[in-house]
Amino acid sequence: MADDIKAVPGEDRTFTLNFGPQHPAAHGVLRMVMDLDGELVDRIDCHIGLLHRGTEKLLEYKTYLQGLPYFDRLHYSAPMNQEHAWCLAIEKLLGLEVPRRGSFIRVLYCEMGRILEHLLNIGTFILDVGALTPITWAFEEREKLMGFYERACGARLHAAYFRPGGVHQDLPQDLIDDIMTWCEEFPAIMHRLESLITENRIFKQRNVDIGVVDEKTIMQFGFSGPMVRGSGLAWDLRRSQPYEVYSEIPSSVFPVVIGKNGDNYDRYVVRMEEMLVSCDIMKWCIENMPKGPVLAKGTKVSPPRRAEMKTSMEALIHHFKLYTEGFHVPEGEVYAAVEAPAGEFGVYLVSDGSNRPYRVKLRAPSFAHLQAMDHMCKGHQLADTSAILGSLDIVFGEVDR
Amino acid sequence: MVVETEALTELGEHIASQMPDAVRKFEVRVGELNVYAERDQIVPLMDFLKRNQMCMFEMMIDLCGVDYPERSQRFEVVYHLLSMRLNQRIRVKISTDEDTPVPSIVDLHRGADWFEREAFDMYGIVFSGHPDMRRILTDYGFEGHPLRKDFPLTGFTEVRYDDLEKRIVHEPVELTQEYRNFDFLSPWEGMTSQIPGDEKATTEEEGA
Repeated sequence: MADDIKAVPGEDRTFTLNFGPQHPAAHGVLRMVMDLDGELVDRIDCHIGLLHRGTEKLLEYKTYLQGLPYFDRLHYSAPMNQEHAWCLAIEKLLGLEVPRRGSFIRVLYCEMGRILEHLLNIGTFILDVGALTPITWAFEEREKLMGFYERACGARLHAAYFRPGGVHQDLPQDLIDDIMTWCEEFPAIMHRLESLITENRIFKQRNVDIGVVDEKTIMQFGFSGPMVRGSGLAWDLRRSQPYEVYSEIPSSVFPVVIGKNGDNYDRYVVRMEEMLVSCDIMKWCIENMPKGPVLAKGTKVSPPRRAEMKTSMEALIHHFKLYTEGFHVPEGEVYAAVEAPAGEFGVYLVSDGSNRPYRVKLRAPSFAHLQAMDHMCKGHQLADTSAILGSLDIVFGEVDR
Repeated sequence: MVVETEALTELGEHIASQMPDAVRKFEVRVGELNVYAERDQIVPLMDFLKRNQMCMFEMMIDLCGVDYPERSQRFEVVYHLLSMRLNQRIRVKISTDEDTPVPSIVDLHRGADWFEREAFDMYGIVFSGHPDMRRILTDYGFEGHPLRKDFPLTGFTEVRYDDLEKRIVHEPVELTQEYRNFDFLSPWEGMTSQIPGDEKATTEEEGA
């Protein structure tokens, strides 16, 4: 792997090492060119863009509805959280209200996405530092959750379930009951998972005091999500700039989990705790979920129901127009952000009043986090880089867009 | 919402009065504060926004370019800032063209590094004072700036693995069908060419 060894004994001990892009610990396609001084990292130059698909360009050529499924493909382990930001941006420009039941379903599925993502992250992170079992346990739960995805929208991974104005379909009662049963069983499984990792000596040796992030780094690099909370800053967009029904959730159900030292280990603990909190939020959503519509009715944004189309000419025309031309969004620009599992996922949407966005900028948390790789790894051992990379929660779908 | 708008207007007035050279105008739209700034004054303005007690925008959330080919200064550079302490957001915009460099804010926000590289990669906006102005997302050896409005969606070249030459080759894009771009804004959905039979309609009308 060492492609450029220029070390002359006794003179200069630095050499350059290429890491990735095909490396099991690269979390996808990351290429890092590392300057090493012995086993200590001197500089890391990340080469990204190997998964660049031009999502932002594609969105400019699609109607707002056609653009939605592209968001599943950004952070592909928590697809609905991304869709959510897109819908919020459109709703903000349209001034559209989401029906209460729709809002509850969104929160329910966003928290499910958070658990999905944290389970994946913790599983792979621990795999990176040498433990093989936890990922299989985590993926077992992920499978169940993806089953709930499938039962709501028909797809396990690329959901395309959220719509501007709500969600596409209502949830059947037996699905809600099954989610509730899962929520009741989940803490015990988490406990079992925790018993494997949290007090594990090797895991602690690899992660405590590694990759410490202080407040200055957070501000300088624009960190968000567990990267911030791991360092003891109680910053969570769901609490500080609430959207949907998050402001109604009592703090006994939804406390903001924070760490203390800002190292890899604290970020792991924060993610583990957040999953339990998400599970509680899901339960709260199910318990308090009102009856009613799930998609804003009587607007040009939502499709008419099938039965209506059989009898009403206007409904039929509306349906046709909605799925060919799409709806027009008033001129203006808006930035909508959600607390995605990895951090702040934002959509900057510029509309020119037509049926297609003029410009969409996707603000991905992983992009900002990965950028700090050089800063965080400086002076660490080579082996620590994969641990730090694991704790950053990188998903290349959204880094490269 | 009303209270929010008032607070944001107040903040905008504060910034405009403190930095009169840098701020061209400000407005509050859809509950968000937009500040239009002068390009050469962006670094002092960012410094002010970061340190002033009423602003405290210590975190740069996003930086991106937007392309308006019909304008004389075709690019806009849009900064999104966040203040965690005061829980407020701001959007700062400056404009530039293909040749004029924008002062880099990397010294103030280290996180701007990759975002500025991305804006350079996607739009060709040059940032002066940036330590490492390379492409970031596109392929090694890529030419052009893909997010410009005059760059076609399908691009210019496509790649494939050539089994004879045993390497990746770049070739001009060949599509069996052109990308169909419907114009939904005209009432006739972009039908500009004549359909067979159209000529009859006009002659009949004239005849009658």
